[in-house]
Amino acid sequence: MNDTTGLGDDVQLITLDVNGTCYEVITAPRRTLVDVLRHDLRLTGTHVGCEHGICGACTVLVDGLPVRACLMFAAQAEGARITTVESLADSGTGELSDLQRAFTAHHGLQCGFCTPGFLMLAQGFLAERPEATKEDIREVVAANLCRCTGYQTIVEAIDACATARRSQRAAGAEEDSCN
Amino acid sequence: MTSAKDDRLVGRSVARREDPRLLSGRGRFVDDIELPGMLHAQFVRSTVAHGTITEIDLTRVRQVPGVVAAFTAADLELGDITAQLGRPLSEFVPTAMPVLARDRVRYVGEPVAVVVARDPYLAEDGLEAAKVTYAPLPPITCEEQALAPGAPRVHAEAAGNTLVDVGLFATEGIDEIFDQAPCVVHVDVRTGRQNALPLETRGAVAQWDAREEQLVLHTCTQTPHQVRTVASRCLRLDERAVRVIVPDMGGGFGLKCVVGREEIAAAAAALRLGRPVKWIEDRKDALSASFLAREQHYTARAAFDADGRILGLDADVVCDMGAYSCYPFTAGIEPLMASAEMPGVYKVPAYRVRGRAITTNKAPTAPYRGVSRPQYVMAMERLMERAARELRLDPVEIRRRNVITDFPYTGVNNITYDPGSYLESLDLCERAVREAGWYDRQAAATAEGRHIGIGYSCFSERTGYGSAAFAQRKMEVVPGFDLAEVRMDTSGAVTATTGTISHGQSHETTMAQIVADTLGLDIAKVKLHQGDTDRITYGWGTFASRSIAVGGSAVRLAAGKLGDKLRAIAADEWGILPEETELDRGRVRRRDDPDVALSYEHLADTAYLKSHLLPKDIDPGLTATAVFDVHNDGTFSNATHGVVVELHEGTGQVEILAYFCVEDCGVAVNPQVVEGQCRGGIAQGISGALFEQITYDAQGEPSATSFMDYKVPTAHEIPEVVIHHLETPCAFTATGAKGAGEGGTIGAPAAVLNAVNDALRPTGVELDNTPITPETVHRALIPRTPEQTP
Ligand code: FES
Ligand code: FES
Repeated sequence: MNDTTGLGDDVQLITLDVNGTCYEVITAPRRTLVDVLRHDLRLTGTHVGCEHGICGACTVLVDGLPVRACLMFAAQAEGARITTVESLADSGTGELSDLQRAFTAHHGLQCGFCTPGFLMLAQGFLAERPEATKEDIREVVAANLCRCTGYQTIVEAIDACATARRSQRAAGAEEDSCN
Repeated sequence: MTSAKDDRLVGRSVARREDPRLLSGRGRFVDDIELPGMLHAQFVRSTVAHGTITEIDLTRVRQVPGVVAAFTAADLELGDITAQLGRPLSEFVPTAMPVLARDRVRYVGEPVAVVVARDPYLAEDGLEAAKVTYAPLPPITCEEQALAPGAPRVHAEAAGNTLVDVGLFATEGIDEIFDQAPCVVHVDVRTGRQNALPLETRGAVAQWDAREEQLVLHTCTQTPHQVRTVASRCLRLDERAVRVIVPDMGGGFGLKCVVGREEIAAAAAALRLGRPVKWIEDRKDALSASFLAREQHYTARAAFDADGRILGLDADVVCDMGAYSCYPFTAGIEPLMASAEMPGVYKVPAYRVRGRAITTNKAPTAPYRGVSRPQYVMAMERLMERAARELRLDPVEIRRRNVITDFPYTGVNNITYDPGSYLESLDLCERAVREAGWYDRQAAATAEGRHIGIGYSCFSERTGYGSAAFAQRKMEVVPGFDLAEVRMDTSGAVTATTGTISHGQSHETTMAQIVADTLGLDIAKVKLHQGDTDRITYGWGTFASRSIAVGGSAVRLAAGKLGDKLRAIAADEWGILPEETELDRGRVRRRDDPDVALSYEHLADTAYLKSHLLPKDIDPGLTATAVFDVHNDGTFSNATHGVVVELHEGTGQVEILAYFCVEDCGVAVNPQVVEGQCRGGIAQGISGALFEQITYDAQGEPSATSFMDYKVPTAHEIPEVVIHHLETPCAFTATGAKGAGEGGTIGAPAAVLNAVNDALRPTGVELDNTPITPETVHRALIPRTPEQTP
């Protein structure tokens, strides 16, 4: 009862770059990245479904790659670029991104608890592999758990987004070549 | 009276209104709530399955840095959670579930003490310092042990470890029917113990609001008003001194429709300490120490005539409910459901059933999506398949000869079934499988020595249980009605309330569709309130697929009443009769001159801000309340599932190659949402058929404590589902809708099991139990010498 910070004796100051903003956090070494994001930075869009690296609800991007934020200590993320679900919609207008809109259009979410994890998984994956086929996408979607949807509509949403991005790029390329 | 038919939203896949916030991380789930000065609770849990507590020593816990307090049952002096049935002791034995175990523990994981600390990590540290000593008692871990003569008792008051023992039906002369029938088939079906497994674990944030003199309990529950009742009784507060608020909820599936002990304990700690207390269940506790489900055993036989028509059904159902009766449903929920409804979609002329709930030293159970129906449908569908084999009939044909076709149909179980499309869905499903070429592919694959099987299940899903149906179960707490309020503010915007609570089912969209249509209003003008006991007068929450059927009807009626009031105000202004007006796109217009109209904004202005203009018989304000209840046996959705599997030699893997679902839930308010319910339900049904199970060792230690050892299927295992809709509107719900929440889960296990058995046909092996493990399939596929063939 002598502890006033609630952090234990062994505290440290770390700097985190989250969604382009720099945060200084006083935290204990054993605190996970997901807990710091959720409870210290109040970015509660990232969820916790298991705390042992299986469900993927806590997926965020670390330097562009999907990572399970429950398996990483916050201190380990110092110096990296962290991206969470809060970054996807337009920060000014709140307008949803094409990926988010695809989830709505395909009913890729019900309770929405797993959704931020799937969005970040897809965001990272499609950036790496824009040419991914529906089969590739199904493979990747199998990394996370959803208890509501039966996955089909999640796969369809991501595939539709990938397809739309490809045809947009193709249209863009054509325009470029015309000019 | 509403807007033109083309504008109607009911029946359209309107985009979900809850999506923008959930997609952008703006949802608010229980664990997202942070209050100033908030503390964090975790529970010291029993490490033995059965024993008496000889000592609880929390001295060292209280010395752990950051730990603020630790309480035992003796410290908190709370009332118990006791669920009751109004049945004689010979049929039902009530058992009290203390909020924290007092002198006895009955399962591994039972909460024994609550530790409250400044931070969840420190609360965990505190747990490690707890010392509890037990004098172990022999654990009862299975049906055989529970029912063995002279078995030790889990509850002293429950002889034979039996909490419920009812024989609801016994047709006279049934034994003679079986004696004389040309064909009698038997099954012995067991289903594994599962976890409903919402991805969001349980949790609560409790806070004493000193100004309001009210406990505010944020908790993820499907039944907020029932949690309020239990909290007020356990904590000895008036009910109005408790406010239960349900934020966004990450799934429930039944696990969250019963009252948990931890949320009450967290509330008690918050009251004691005068500070907010949060409890978030970790996955280990969620898997093994919360509420489990499904473990049942059917010993059943059915008599058939030579043409494959069923003559009689005789079943013995044993449900392993674990250590305690859940509130409010009691341990009766599963055996009573199974007993009442087992004949299902078939014309069964004679029926006898015994239904029992037994108690064991395992985590207690809650009614998981489908409640007994996945299991009795499995038993029924196995009986059908077995009879088809005996009588050399096609498995679809034998069903065709037995499904109910004339409605309304009153069954041997005294239940009247409203119209459905049992035969049509069966025919359409078979046609879909055939037209997709699966019968041909099966034949070709079999010729190559591969193992492809096709299986069906045909079932109905009773939804929209009203108080009459629940009263038949003799529950002391009788759910059923729903109450809705629809009010318009001075700006012409509408707020509707419902006593149901969405945890993924999209009520903010579907209920708003209903209101918007009824009032002829832009859906953007409609907002739904749910899950707050101070905002909603009363409600029974969401379970038993009641939300759209019952809750949606109440909302529809309340919106209709509000529309009537708007018309009355407009009519008065024009000096005509209300009947001479109609609602149209945010206005009331004259029937005789549709160009003359008054906007809702204008009428709202009058109703609130210029109420002196209202006639005497119209009260100021624009609010309407309606209650809807179902006074008959409810409404039956129905479906047929068809599934194609391939069994793999060597690995014993069951691969699902194709899945077809033909469903009929009456009017689908939002077809995309209905399909979502089907797909999600089917995924859970497949999980039960093939993957999920929590077993217990001889000491009563649960096998599953993480996702490493409890296999939740991913996109690898769950196939795409082809869905066809049929629509037999319900005659007595206000929208024509029937419930659609559980069908997928009900039909899938039987269809998968039948498909596996179809693939196993050449081996002579027939399986009756779920989950169907790879070992079982592997063993079944090992070629046998003729003597070994069973
Ligand atoms: S919470 Fe991180 S994987 Fe489940
Ligand atoms: S939408 Fe509920 S867990 Fe995925």
